[in-house]
Amino acid sequence: MIAEAGHALLWIAAVLAILQFAFGGIGVLRNDREFMANTKPVAIAQGVAALLSFLVLIWLFLITDLSVKLVVSNSHSAKPLLYKFAGTWGNHEGSMLLWVMVLAISGGAVALLEKRLSDRTLSATLAAQALISFGFYAFLIFSSNPFERMPTVPLEGLGLNPLLQDPGLAFHPPTLYIGYVGISIAFSIAVGALITKEVDPAFARAMRPWVLGAWIFLTLGIVAGSYWAYYELGWGGWWFWDPVENASLMPWLAATALLHSVTVLATRDGLRAWTIMLAVVAFSMSMVGTFLVRSGILTSVHSFAVDPERGSFILALLTIYIGGALALFALRASSVKEGTQFELFSREGALVANNLLLSAILGIVFVGTLYPLAAEALTGEKLSVGPPYFNAASAPVAIILILIMAAGPLMKWRKDDWKVVGQRLAVPVLVMALALAAFAIMAPNIGILSFLGFVAAIGVGAASIAPLWKRNLRRTPLFTWGMVISHLGIAVAIIGMASEASFTKETLAAMNIGDTRSVGPYSVTLKDVKPVAGPNWTAVEAKLEVRRGDTLIEERPQARMFSSPVTATNEAAIRTHFDGQIYLVIGEEQPDGRWQIRMWWKPLVSLIWAGGIMVALGGLLALLGRIRRRSAVDLLVRKEALA
Amino acid sequence: MKRFWLWFPLGLFLLFFGVVASGLIKPSSTTIKSRMVGKALPTFSLPAANEPQPGLGSATFGQGQPRLLNIFASWCIPCVAEAPILMKMAQQGVQIDGIAIRDRPQDLARFLARNGNPYKRIGSDIDSRVQLSLGSSGVPETFVIDGKGIIRYQHIGDIRPEDVPEIMAALKAAR
Amino acid sequence: MPDAQYANTQLSDPAKEAKARELMLTLRCLVCQGQSIADSDADMAGDMRALVRRKIEAGESPDQVRSWLIERYGDWVTYDPSFNSRTAVLWIAPVLFIVLGLFLARGRFRKKAK
Repeated sequence: MIAEAGHALLWIAAVLAILQFAFGGIGVLRNDREFMANTKPVAIAQGVAALLSFLVLIWLFLITDLSVKLVVSNSHSAKPLLYKFAGTWGNHEGSMLLWVMVLAISGGAVALLEKRLSDRTLSATLAAQALISFGFYAFLIFSSNPFERMPTVPLEGLGLNPLLQDPGLAFHPPTLYIGYVGISIAFSIAVGALITKEVDPAFARAMRPWVLGAWIFLTLGIVAGSYWAYYELGWGGWWFWDPVENASLMPWLAATALLHSVTVLATRDGLRAWTIMLAVVAFSMSMVGTFLVRSGILTSVHSFAVDPERGSFILALLTIYIGGALALFALRASSVKEGTQFELFSREGALVANNLLLSAILGIVFVGTLYPLAAEALTGEKLSVGPPYFNAASAPVAIILILIMAAGPLMKWRKDDWKVVGQRLAVPVLVMALALAAFAIMAPNIGILSFLGFVAAIGVGAASIAPLWKRNLRRTPLFTWGMVISHLGIAVAIIGMASEASFTKETLAAMNIGDTRSVGPYSVTLKDVKPVAGPNWTAVEAKLEVRRGDTLIEERPQARMFSSPVTATNEAAIRTHFDGQIYLVIGEEQPDGRWQIRMWWKPLVSLIWAGGIMVALGGLLALLGRIRRRSAVDLLVRKEALA
Repeated sequence: MKRFWLWFPLGLFLLFFGVVASGLIKPSSTTIKSRMVGKALPTFSLPAANEPQPGLGSATFGQGQPRLLNIFASWCIPCVAEAPILMKMAQQGVQIDGIAIRDRPQDLARFLARNGNPYKRIGSDIDSRVQLSLGSSGVPETFVIDGKGIIRYQHIGDIRPEDVPEIMAALKAAR
Repeated sequence: MPDAQYANTQLSDPAKEAKARELMLTLRCLVCQGQSIADSDADMAGDMRALVRRKIEAGESPDQVRSWLIERYGDWVTYDPSFNSRTAVLWIAPVLFIVLGLFLARGRFRKKAK
């Protein structure tokens, strides 16, 4: 009965979505206040129904209900509780339900919280959001029903892919999806505003917190995914330019550009059509990404459930939504005035450059990801596009981008004097020059991209704190702090990336017990190799003595073997030190009894993810700052109204 | 002019749609074909994998008669499936040589005892060196080498009964 | 089976090893789902690493090794597509995007005040 209840809730949510679309649509068309007002409770009810349906699925996984097909094919009663729970979205159907739930809850949240949009635009927004939800409910119900029953109840489930049996599964997909799908709000608000033709600074101020919220989660989700791949795949790589990774990066790039253009629109009433375009593109990239990942049209190391038929369904949906939004844009954008023009040398000038370069990187990632497909369709011959292309094509653009990121926040809105900006930039430029000299002398052999990355990042690091100079720190608005910390986070992450790329030390060794090998500043001794057992796996575990100077630490990397389904995984031993990480992996036993041990010393590598977390934290501060200011303004308005 | 540009994003999207739709309709094959078909067999010499049966070198090929070169391994499950078909082809007079990939003599002997031995010669390629030089990307794979030592045909995956006529035709054409 | 020599053993010359490692990161494992041979546990990837190190050790340049593999497996085997008629659009795209962006942005700025 529980599974049927979950299934019924999905249907209810789908019906509510139709109702929400109809109410919103009629309300906007007839300008009927009553219909508009009724759209909101329906949107909230739809969010609740989707949430309940998702909770039901979690429950079925927690109790390992083996009458449900999805539980049988993806779970096992002997699995640790955490993975029963997180296993709910460790498969195609469950993760799609999570996807749709975020979509529905986003709509519900807008209905509940959004007070700045005009009633008409809000109703149009909710109608658009409902239309998207409806399509994906149909997709779930007709092609990926998570609540399907088994004809006969088996004794045991098949288990979850062991690569997914990791705490990362509990954190990465939910955060990523909240961001990935949460950005749908920007899409719907943009479509809503196109319909009502209300594209103005008020619209931008309404959209900004939603974009910011989704962007924070998207950032966290990507950072978490990168770290998970880094420790799970066992070869020390942290970003592979794999199609699935690119699918999450593309919405992030679009959302980051949007975040900056929406500020221009809110502050200077410029970039109207462009901001609309970016909002449409950001969520379009989420849908395209979902399509690429689920259809299996591109091979990826991370994909876990692919099916061309489902791919066609998602393709049909995204064609309707993206095609519809772009057609609406083409029809309506000419009636949206582009707003004010700018001086080239101004804050908004820098933000336009930021948008241009971010969009260029987005274009590069998009073309690089899909090029193999296009090339094969046209010539019939396979080719691969990988890290060498993505790095070579996007890094130069990214370096110019971060230099602009250094200067932009130090420029005034409207118009600035290059001499004055030059003075403000004097110290960061000096720091950068010193860094340039230092790296040229001390590390002349590192790659040109790493070299430029180091120098630019150090300059940005210095410049990004500059907006705080000579300011009363207590009275500095929270969103200024947010910007400073996010920009600093980018600099920190780039230093981590450049350091990992240029200073990593690798030692591959076949070791007998008692052998010692060195990697970077460490010497590693193999003390013992012995079998160990976990709840649903067995493993061989190496005992390694890791020495640096006088400090001695024991590390225990494992090679695990899971029984259901039979899969081998590597549990690298990774230890973070103040100046980097040591990464140890046990490989296979050789016929002569020696063990393969892989060791890496990766200086400053943890800065990559620390920087990423700073970027998200900055976003959070900015969001809090905006909310606080808004409530202060609201209070003021109310007081004035009373007076 | 301005209006025209506003339709540009939709045009780009339709281009994207065309690319992925064609990819969905005609899924790309997952096999990687060797570019060595049509070229001379690379020179190699492999030690015997199954003593006292002789090892295999490129000199065995190009002696006027076409031969089948089968890349296989005892640890490869589809290889078990194609073994009876290879046996039948050998009985019909096809000259078959084998290259065993990353294999141990005792495993290989057991495999041949269980599934039959259609091979005239078997070379042992412990580090896939020869396999890589042939442009082969997995096991099992089967090449037709003509009487002049030119690679004429490649079959990827296990040979099913329905594949036999095509391979026999390739052998005939390679005479 | 023992690993092929050099599958998981580095070359003794650090300069050659660095060259080999850089090359391995740009070669596609033949039997994996989109991994480079430097990032894969597959036996085949190990044998390909051994091949790369052996050839580099013997004095071949990374480009020669790459060409040797492309001759056998086609462009699919390299993650670093060379510039030719099939990849022209790919390599020109970044420049194209910047130019398109500048073209779109040009109307946003005031003409220089006299």
